[in-house]
Amino acid sequence: MSAVVSPKNGFKTALRYLLLVVVAVIFIFPIVFMVMSSFKPAQQLLRDTASIAAFLPVGDLSLDNYFAAFQRAPVALFIFNSVFVTLVTVIGSLFLCSMAAFSFAFLEFKGKEVVLSILIATLIVPFETIAVPMLMLVNNLPWISGSGITFGWLNSYHVQIVPFLADALTIFLFVQYFRDLPRELIEAARLDGANWFQVYSRVIVPISGPVFATAAILKFLAMYNQYLWPLLVTQSEQYRPVMVGLQYFFQLNIAWGEVMAYLSIITLPVLIFYLFLQRAFISSIASTGIKG
Amino acid sequence: MKLIPNRSLQNHPFAGWTMAGPAIFLITLFLIVPFILAFTFSFTNQRLISPNPTEFVGMRNFEQLLGVGTLVLQPEVDAAGAVVRGADGSANYPRVREFTRNNADYPQLDGKREWLSWDWGDSKVYVLASDVVFMKALTNTVLFVLFVAPIQAGLALFLAVLINQKLKGINFFRAIYFMPVVVSIVVVSLLWRFIYSGQSGLLNNILGFVSFGAFKPVDWLGNPATALWSILAMSVWQGVGFHMVIWLSGLQTIPATLYEAADIEGATSWQKFRYVTWPGLRNTAVLILIVITMQAFSLFAQIDVMTGGGPVDSTQTMVFQAVERGYAQQNIAGGSAISVILFVLVLVISLTQRYLTRERKR
Repeated sequence: MSAVVSPKNGFKTALRYLLLVVVAVIFIFPIVFMVMSSFKPAQQLLRDTASIAAFLPVGDLSLDNYFAAFQRAPVALFIFNSVFVTLVTVIGSLFLCSMAAFSFAFLEFKGKEVVLSILIATLIVPFETIAVPMLMLVNNLPWISGSGITFGWLNSYHVQIVPFLADALTIFLFVQYFRDLPRELIEAARLDGANWFQVYSRVIVPISGPVFATAAILKFLAMYNQYLWPLLVTQSEQYRPVMVGLQYFFQLNIAWGEVMAYLSIITLPVLIFYLFLQRAFISSIASTGIKG
Repeated sequence: MKLIPNRSLQNHPFAGWTMAGPAIFLITLFLIVPFILAFTFSFTNQRLISPNPTEFVGMRNFEQLLGVGTLVLQPEVDAAGAVVRGADGSANYPRVREFTRNNADYPQLDGKREWLSWDWGDSKVYVLASDVVFMKALTNTVLFVLFVAPIQAGLALFLAVLINQKLKGINFFRAIYFMPVVVSIVVVSLLWRFIYSGQSGLLNNILGFVSFGAFKPVDWLGNPATALWSILAMSVWQGVGFHMVIWLSGLQTIPATLYEAADIEGATSWQKFRYVTWPGLRNTAVLILIVITMQAFSLFAQIDVMTGGGPVDSTQTMVFQAVERGYAQQNIAGGSAISVILFVLVLVISLTQRYLTRERKR
């Protein structure tokens, strides 16, 4: 406001920054420690925790821990599995949920109110409360593959993908965005003879970039960081994602250098992605809270 | 909650159901059906794979999980009625086992084991439970929720107010505070397992440094008295940025004119918070409490990675037990019964929070 900063105000501002910095240190120190430790040999890593060196790139730095981590576990396979499952789920859920939301936002049909109230009710069912019966369910579901119909979905990609293709939260994100769009656009497209799917795909989707970004970020975080479900359904190494792959590293004598390297490998891409898109990430979270 | 505006286009049942159909089908199959199955299985003896047909067992799973009883033991007395005391002045008591194993006079205690006990004058009070591990999981989970919800919501609000200041570079700090949210809780848990470690753990070293060596190292996760609270602190650290952002978006919906009016009236910072900010955040508060409660009841990954429920069951939680039974022991019925109890708790607490934070008409 005023251009002149009085000494008293300057002191107050300095205090505010001091508080902000202290809090920032609390949030960032474990992550800095993780990255720095991943380059240090195990003995030095343990010794450095006694001093500020724990957070500095000092001493004998190398990529040895990274090579050792790739030796210990099929890291590349885990990364591929995670990326594949996450990408397919994100793309599939954006399509199915936005289409459903289009229907709820613009079309009138019998039973819609009932469906919507059931969807709202599902928001307070934590996934953890249905994980055990769901395990039983997917163990008996049929699947069509090249070799005919098989029963039981355990140890596959689809068991990690299909159950998460549709969820009420994503649908409501889209509904909230769609209902604020101008209806004249839709009426004009209908007059031009477009069917409802064309209205959705050619009129609504192209002007809904922000909500697609929001939904994609939320789904990406949820899927990539998922733990309980893949733990239950991937007993065989072939389909394991990175978070379950962690188990290779916490045995009796933990090689902390390798652990830090593995944690860095699976975390840094997400963090870098976040730092570039942090405004989008933060507004995604904020948008889940605005209208509830 | 009004999601759909009333001015509708025409009635289009075919297009409407076709476009919403796939999502409705998947949500039904993978959320509503398992939810109903949880209730169904909890009244049976369903196992993941079993040669015997599944049977309906009524309330047996719930009785097995929730059965509790109390037992008050009087000290042994001599013929005159005086308490027999040992050399150190302590009284002798009959053994609990004599009441819980095939004792025809106490059928309700049969098979139960000691959960809690304390002295009451000269007598000893025992609370016995059919499933002591589950009872510990239940109380740990409820304790965790009761503490984490106000702590996390309160700290998140504090951070939101802090970050809502008009200062240069504030977005940089916001980005840092939010950073742990994008890191997987599994990664965070393993990282903190090292930070909490008793030997050469970072936390002990940092506390020792800031207290000039006065702080005695603690094995945070190895001690039953500190393990659950250490996990709680870490969970707050990881999740608080998420709720900070939701508070922040609530703060920014409060019109600036209200603050200007308060300034004209000469309100202090605290009065502005109490009479302008807080009333404007009521809906946000309900949402945040419910979200934190749901997340807290779901406590699993931290336990699985950091403690496995120990030491001496001090970090057992309901989801951890549900998975332990439903998956590790392939006892789908037992795991489902725990899930049902968990869901009922989530529902009751959510409704209570909604009721307590409702708008009161003056």
